Amino acid sequence: MTTPADRHLLAMHRSEAAVSVELQTEDMVLNIGPQHPSTHGVLRLVATVAGERVRSVQPVMGYMHRGYEKLAEVRTYAQITALVNRIDWVSGFANEIPFIVAAERLMGVEAPERAQCIRLILTEMFRISNHLIFLCSFPAELGAPTPLMYALRERERVLDLIEGVTGGRFHPNFNRIGGVKPAAGGGSTQRTRAQDLPKGFIEGTRRAMTAVRHVCDDLENLVLGNEIVQQRTIGIGVLPADKAVEYAMSGPNLRASGVPFDLRKVEDYLPYDRFDFDVVTMPNGDNYDRCRVRLEEIRQSARIIEQAVDSLPGGPLQAKVPRVIKVPKGECYVRAENPKGEMGYHIVSGGGRRPYRVKIRSASFCNLQVLPWLLEGALIPDVIAILGSLDFVLGDVDR
Amino acid sequence: MSLLDNVWVVLAVKLGLAVVILFALALVVMFAELKVSAHMQHRIGPYFAGGRWGWAQVFAEALKFLQKEDLIPRDADAPVFRLAPMVSLLGTFAVIVIIPLSPVLVAGDLDVGIFYALAAGSVSTIALLMAGWSSGNKYSLIGGLRAGAQLIAYELPLVLAVVGVVIQAGTMSMVGITEAQAQPLFHIGSVGISLPYALQGQIIGFVIFMIAALAELVRIPFDMPIAESELVMGYLTEYSGIRFTMFLLGEYAGMLAMSAIASVLFLGGYHFWGLNADWFGPFVLIGKSLILVFVMIWFRWTWPRLREDQLQSLAWRWLVPLALANIAVTATLKVVL
Repeated sequence: MTTPADRHLLAMHRSEAAVSVELQTEDMVLNIGPQHPSTHGVLRLVATVAGERVRSVQPVMGYMHRGYEKLAEVRTYAQITALVNRIDWVSGFANEIPFIVAAERLMGVEAPERAQCIRLILTEMFRISNHLIFLCSFPAELGAPTPLMYALRERERVLDLIEGVTGGRFHPNFNRIGGVKPAAGGGSTQRTRAQDLPKGFIEGTRRAMTAVRHVCDDLENLVLGNEIVQQRTIGIGVLPADKAVEYAMSGPNLRASGVPFDLRKVEDYLPYDRFDFDVVTMPNGDNYDRCRVRLEEIRQSARIIEQAVDSLPGGPLQAKVPRVIKVPKGECYVRAENPKGEMGYHIVSGGGRRPYRVKIRSASFCNLQVLPWLLEGALIPDVIAILGSLDFVLGDVDR
Repeated sequence: MSLLDNVWVVLAVKLGLAVVILFALALVVMFAELKVSAHMQHRIGPYFAGGRWGWAQVFAEALKFLQKEDLIPRDADAPVFRLAPMVSLLGTFAVIVIIPLSPVLVAGDLDVGIFYALAAGSVSTIALLMAGWSSGNKYSLIGGLRAGAQLIAYELPLVLAVVGVVIQAGTMSMVGITEAQAQPLFHIGSVGISLPYALQGQIIGFVIFMIAALAELVRIPFDMPIAESELVMGYLTEYSGIRFTMFLLGEYAGMLAMSAIASVLFLGGYHFWGLNADWFGPFVLIGKSLILVFVMIWFRWTWPRLREDQLQSLAWRWLVPLALANIAVTATLKVVL
């Protein structure tokens, strides 16, 4: 509930407290996290609270720092795809894309059309899976545990499809420099259309998309349409467009503030220009809009996937690349629309089998920068709701 | 014969029966919550313990809690911390003795029955404050204070909702209120038709009572003092083992007690059309209570939680004025008719 009026009220309280020292009560320092059910892992918020109202918040990060940037320096490019899967573990495949595209650009190879389309389909499937997780965990933070089961049930269908193609559910490690891995069971000779996607994948995808749309309708009516959810979310945690841009927000959080910025339309890391989809924006930038944007994005992703499976091109899965992958000297930065926002890799190659330096720009870390501003003056229940609505993963924050 | 003439022996037997029945029903409610929530969430729920339907699951869980270590944090105020769960149970058991299961099956039919029930029921809130304050934990403290704030908000609508019934019945005795609802209101041919107070215009009072009862019981959508996702169970955070079980049992027994009071006040108590109250009374009352308990469980698993200030505004801006209007209308009609 951090409206401008509240900020004014807060400032007034402060000045009053400064004048009447004898009425001043001591603020309590409340440690929210690192062990707390609603911080999505090990985020720690040091909140100074007066009663239930938060005066200031200082996020403390790094409890889950795993040193991926350093680890990447001692691994070959093929090994790094397995590594970057784990950064944002809810949308593993989408993490691989910008890295692999950056490496390909440095090498000057381009994946065949079919491989690119499969990458695109899988990315969108992970987007659906990620947003469904958001739509199940956010009501749970408001105290409603039931939507979780229904959202996860439909996510399971999507994960099954992903498993059918890649053999993995969370961390597919499916990308190769210059293409994608041949599907399980085919062996390295697989080069043709008939063998790469599992039998029944396309019909299964269509059925799953129908089911996902159906659960979206359910969630829209039962969760977003619920009076209490609306009371808890509308007008809470308002992030205006200019502030969102100032704090380098990206992804659905930015679009919920009304900024129509989507890297799928801006960049050309995957052939999104072939498909027809809308950039979803919402006007208010509050918790409710952040929820809504994700719900609509699921529908848009389903739309993209349906178009993609309808027009899946034939051809090989793998461009011609040398057996030992050596990336020529140079630098490249590629950013992509991760389900949580902008994810980018800056690769500096010294010309060997391993990168000299990899800088990871992860969405959740940058999205959390806004916390001290956004949580100032909020109530403790709203702190949890706002945190949940930002949809971050600690692996993506700490890397 | 001489033994049953002794008033203390009779009292002890009655209290013992009330406690046993309450505990048994509380376990039934616990099991119902496990199963109902499971089916609402597209799960099966307990399945293995005890064989069919996993009926022994609640016993398994109770035993599991009993064998856990009884931890008391170093910073806790130990005597208060130990006492709080007992006070919580005390409030519930004090209420249960005045609930009439049939015209004769009542532990104590007080003249001020409902007044006593509301007063005794509020004792549980003291327990929550005690637990929150003594735990030596900031989250528990916030939870306890929220419980205290909640008491002030809902207690008034709860009492005011009852006043309408008391006016209509002209008595505060629970048996008296039940019997008043059994009086034929009008006749179809020679058959006298009686209606419970919920159908005699006290429907607003009934709804207000149930909302306030949910707040008293600290159940979703008013479970802010517990608030698992915010306060990590609030005043319950530091409790373990048997003391946690006592709180848990207190919650379920409290659900039953509040539902039973609501059934007596608004749904005709042990009376049901065509059933002999002397014989079927207990089943009728428990059946009505269990239906209300089901409604509470249903709310719990389908709604999110409100915020503390939203509860306050709901209580003061809607429930209290509505309850006052209800009293005014009831009193006016009582005088006019």
